[in-house]
Amino acid sequence: MIGVLLRRDLAVLLPGGRRGGSLLPLLFFLAVAMLYPFAVGPEPELLARTGGGVIWVAALLAAILPLERLVSADLEAGVFDQLYLRGVSEELAMASRLLAHWLAFAPLLLLAALPAATLLNLPAETLRILLLGLLAGTPGLAAIGLAIAALTASLRGGAALSGLMVIPLAVPILIFGAGSLARPDGSGLALTAAISLGLCALAPFAAGAAIRAAREG
Amino acid sequence: MQARLAAKDIACRRGDRLLFRGVSCALAPGEALHVAGANGIGKSSLIRILAGLLRPFAGEVTRSGGIGLLDERPALDPQASLQAALGFWAALDGTKPMALTEHAEALGLYDLFDVPVRYLSTGQTKRAALARLLGQEVPIWLLDEPLNGLDTRGVALAEQLVAHHLANGGIAVIASHQRFATPAATLTLAEFAA
Repeated sequence: MIGVLLRRDLAVLLPGGRRGGSLLPLLFFLAVAMLYPFAVGPEPELLARTGGGVIWVAALLAAILPLERLVSADLEAGVFDQLYLRGVSEELAMASRLLAHWLAFAPLLLLAALPAATLLNLPAETLRILLLGLLAGTPGLAAIGLAIAALTASLRGGAALSGLMVIPLAVPILIFGAGSLARPDGSGLALTAAISLGLCALAPFAAGAAIRAAREG
Repeated sequence: MQARLAAKDIACRRGDRLLFRGVSCALAPGEALHVAGANGIGKSSLIRILAGLLRPFAGEVTRSGGIGLLDERPALDPQASLQAALGFWAALDGTKPMALTEHAEALGLYDLFDVPVRYLSTGQTKRAALARLLGQEVPIWLLDEPLNGLDTRGVALAEQLVAHHLANGGIAVIASHQRFATPAATLTLAEFAA
């Protein structure tokens, strides 16, 4: 059953997928990395020192872009009601959606971090920690995004609101994730991964409850 | 297992307004109930309460047997082809591909299998939702305005499907402001308005 759900969620969310899943968040991410040197000047040391943090901020903002089409369309179409009548809990549907959402944006984001790192003149060691940090942090970003998207799905203008709500919640991931670039001992990475895992465990329940609440409303 | 659907003293509140109260019904295999009433009187809410999607303000509903719901939302991916959209539900329901094709042919949808759902007309979308319901193979059908958007032939088809479902020991609750040809007990919701 989870296989059927996941296959549909991926067909919908992957770039080129049915719901206009696109490469837009990725291009947005690269555009930020490209703009930054124009804004602060082309000094290699400055870019190398601050570039990792910029990539983190760009990744966080890029993760907000796909939220609009994550839950609300299915809620309007009555998909969750039909799933409920078939004994598929909202939590299961949301867990599948979380996995599909992460698969649809994170692997490509990690790939795009390579050209972005080149644009910002990041040394190889920084790039390694950056990639590990993004790998650890993006599931948490996906989890926050999903919970917020489910909460705001039944609201008008929910998309802009969800963007605003994600940012403060994502601050811990940003602090530890970007912070790991400055501390070579890996503790930042471990904390990022811990927060991420905790959020991934909670998000399907929060999102499922939000969908049930929207149904009653 | 015998399919049953019974409601006892149901009341429904939306916001601050009590829509209806004291609604009871009991349906055995082969029986149908036509919920009649004007717009906004609570037909859809009653259907959702019977489905278990909405908590009644008072009273209780007992169901035995799977529930199929047909309402104004088709729950089919607009961007997907009709075949893919129906195929998702068929995979969840364990409908055999043969049966899916049969239902599509009976509903005149087979030629539309390659068409994205968003290009279908209102009536075609309704028929697609009926195909989804047929594939579910459940004894209890809850139909909210099943005739909306259907042409004369579509209406006849829907009525025929419901009659067939009842003849096979199914249960149907039909909420509609239109007349429905299938013989059914009528519940006039206006009599229970609070």
